[in-house]
Amino acid sequence: MTKIVRRSKPLSVNPLKSSQPLGATLAMLGLNRTMPILHGSQGCSAFAKVFLVRHFREPIPLQTTAMDSVSSIMGADDNLLEGLQTLCEKAKPAVIGVLTTGLSETQGADIVRVLKEFRDRHPEYQAVRILPVNTPDFSGCLETGFAAAVQAMIDNWVPNAESAGTRPGRRPRQVNVLCGALLTPGDLETLKDLIGRFGLHPVMIPDISDSLDGHLTEIDFSPVTQGGTPASAFATLGDAAATLVVGASLEAAADLLQQRTGVPDHRFDHLVGLEAVDRLVMTLAGISGQAVPALLERQRAQLQDAMLDTHFMLTQARIAVAADADLLHAFGSLLAEMGADVVAAVTPDKAPVLERTPIAEVKIGDLEDLEMAVRERGAELVIGSSHAADTAQRLGLPLLRAGFPLYDLIGGYQRTWIGYAGTRQTLFDLANILLNHNQHEIEPYHSLYSPKSDYRQEGPHHELAEASADSSWRS
Amino acid sequence: MKASDIAALLNEPACAHNAKSKSGCARAQPGATAGGCAFDGAQISLLPVADVAHIVHGPIACAGNSWDNRGTRSTGPTLFKIGLTTDLTEQDVIMGRGEKRLFYSIKQAIDNYRPAAVFVYNTCVPALTGDDLVAVCKAAQDRWNVPVVPVDAAGFYGNKNMGNRIAGETMLNYVVGTREPEPPPVDPLRPDLKVHDINLIGEYNIAGEMWHVMPLFDELGLRMLCALSGDTRYREIQTMHRAEVSMVVCSRAQLNVARKLQERYGIPWFEGSFYGVTDTSNALRDFARLLQDPELTARTEALISREESRMHELLKPWRARLEGKRVLLYTGGVKSWSIVSALQDLGMKVVASGTKKSTEEDKERIRQLMGEDARLFDEGSPRALLNVAEEYHVDMLVAGGRNMYTAIKARLPFLDINQEREHGYAGYQGMLELARQLTRTLESPVWRAVRAPAPWQDSLEITS
Repeated sequence: MTKIVRRSKPLSVNPLKSSQPLGATLAMLGLNRTMPILHGSQGCSAFAKVFLVRHFREPIPLQTTAMDSVSSIMGADDNLLEGLQTLCEKAKPAVIGVLTTGLSETQGADIVRVLKEFRDRHPEYQAVRILPVNTPDFSGCLETGFAAAVQAMIDNWVPNAESAGTRPGRRPRQVNVLCGALLTPGDLETLKDLIGRFGLHPVMIPDISDSLDGHLTEIDFSPVTQGGTPASAFATLGDAAATLVVGASLEAAADLLQQRTGVPDHRFDHLVGLEAVDRLVMTLAGISGQAVPALLERQRAQLQDAMLDTHFMLTQARIAVAADADLLHAFGSLLAEMGADVVAAVTPDKAPVLERTPIAEVKIGDLEDLEMAVRERGAELVIGSSHAADTAQRLGLPLLRAGFPLYDLIGGYQRTWIGYAGTRQTLFDLANILLNHNQHEIEPYHSLYSPKSDYRQEGPHHELAEASADSSWRS
Repeated sequence: MKASDIAALLNEPACAHNAKSKSGCARAQPGATAGGCAFDGAQISLLPVADVAHIVHGPIACAGNSWDNRGTRSTGPTLFKIGLTTDLTEQDVIMGRGEKRLFYSIKQAIDNYRPAAVFVYNTCVPALTGDDLVAVCKAAQDRWNVPVVPVDAAGFYGNKNMGNRIAGETMLNYVVGTREPEPPPVDPLRPDLKVHDINLIGEYNIAGEMWHVMPLFDELGLRMLCALSGDTRYREIQTMHRAEVSMVVCSRAQLNVARKLQERYGIPWFEGSFYGVTDTSNALRDFARLLQDPELTARTEALISREESRMHELLKPWRARLEGKRVLLYTGGVKSWSIVSALQDLGMKVVASGTKKSTEEDKERIRQLMGEDARLFDEGSPRALLNVAEEYHVDMLVAGGRNMYTAIKARLPFLDINQEREHGYAGYQGMLELARQLTRTLESPVWRAVRAPAPWQDSLEITS
């Protein structure tokens, strides 16, 4: 249904894409007492670290195996071994994520074998969980890297139901939640709260809202993450009553969890818009056997009211969106629900979810592609990350900031997009931006025979407004 | 890049470090390393060249995670702000299509953006697969008749400092000396003024701070032929060889450029800084000294005495608020002494300074400025910084952005002094901004709020 247009030019201009190791790093940061390490040159980590620091305005634990000329050519196994030992000694983490990069993947590093060697050499660090994830820079994007790390967590730490003796429903109140990269810390908080209102206990995999929500702690410094899902939680996933999966990019991870544990899952592409949130609420009511809480009914009614209030601005509004596939799909669905037109959509990499998104055409590309599409087709508003700020400015359009990175928006990481209340706020924001920016005033027309002598040739909106009347008969 | 070329770059006779541990070559320790790679250093030192298309040849991480990440400003073109990368895919890597993609990428950039030149940055993956960057750039230049400069600084060649040097070396080898400058325009009010041409090396016009200094140059009759590389155009770099003097601004990273300009073209150079009243005056005096023009010297002294007394008055109210405040300084190398001097101009007391990247010469200079009681320390881990902060009862931390959250999370006032910052501190005028930002964090009422425990914790303590 959706037409997907592939990359056709050699040079990527104003990239929309962020790399896989960065996404995997983000997922690792949702685990407690964790230190990710990128197997690559020191810049791989430095760039990813600065990127995440600027987005979250938080210190970000991230290390590097610091590959140099010699190890890039002769093999960097020793760098990884040394790096792991140093981390175990100095940072004393509970979890280390070993993530590859373009450099180590091109070289052909076999991180699983090196980890085995590390285990043999250092039985004293047996308690430290070390997770290997292959995340070459030359494939995928932030979202797929995040998903790869989640899948690796399940693959390495969730035991088979038979061998471990787990049984779906043994913990009748536990709900596992596989959380995709499209969810912000604010979203996760809201989701946990929502699940809790049904008397259920959510286990978030991973939980960046506990580690990257920007809270001040008693401890003045920690080399590893403070907060996030404890690694011990993975052993309990097989006993949960159900699993919720949020984000289509987690499909493979969800399949694996299902296959390992037999816990029934409920999959959501996203949780924005009336329809998606309704399905979530119905699902939770079903799992818990509880009636929908009055507060949610109230919030639903508020959202309905907001849909009415904002449809005057949003129905038929022309919107351009640039985001990773899951987030693009979320906005596409919400805008479709409001009858808005996504006139230009760009995403950095192909993904199965694009086939079913209610957007007519999606371009696999960069922000230049978005800019050119908007110039061709016209739009009223852009949705994208801080990287799209210059693009929007050149187009003379307002920007609703969403996705990664958000470095020119304080608290952007904390914004809640999901649920009835989050959706309602998004509708308000979209409508307000259009209201304030989109002054399609009628151009004043000065009658040939007018007795008014104070007519000014150049009205305030002279250039912006469309011609209000056909005066071509004069020329 | 050949191993022998890298070794040659590590040997920098003009650097006081050279005889001992070389900052460019100390092996980074896996699992305990901070800071960027050679590509980072090369990109960051050339990206401010405003009218050039900067193409990063590699997979997405190198450009995708880093573009649009610098506070440098331009008076004109904004092409440098457009992120350009070949965004190599798995197919490119496996099938060896990188060179071809690069060649047509250069064409696309030239066709769409009409750049004065194209700089192509190498990265780890094509360096490892063996893309012939130099040959592709040469072929593209010959085909489309636009200068295409290969900046061969793949990440694994070394650290950021190494990349700065490679960038400088590349400019010397490919760009400097390829054009002669026009004579300076005649100022109708001062038609007989002898105008001198100067270079600034390692100056990046962060937050536009050089715009505080440029009016001083104009008044003195100094024409900035080229800044490497703040608010610079390609054609300016081409003429660097005709400057009469070079100033290395607050960074040892590109000493190789200053040294080679002297060796090849006989251009004398000095190291200086525009941070602080004292250092700004010193820098202007150094220009006059090396240019040996008595009239310039007279103009310089007049300007300095006027500006210093003006600043003395303007800074009075700020000094009253900042006097005696205890500062912990942690920045790289040369910048330390220059910032110490600026903070002292404001009456502040720098009680401790990190010297990890400093040379013995720098340390001596810092010691002279700070006095014998001052603590100089090497280890820059967050824990070590906080320990020094506690031990010396400091009022605030002045450091690079990387340490911002070290300070913030420890509830310690903080000023960002590195290149990501949003405020310009250079020149006399910049001191006012520096003072404003220092008081903003020091005098904020938030510290009390974040240091006090929650009220119920208080009452709990009382009851227990």
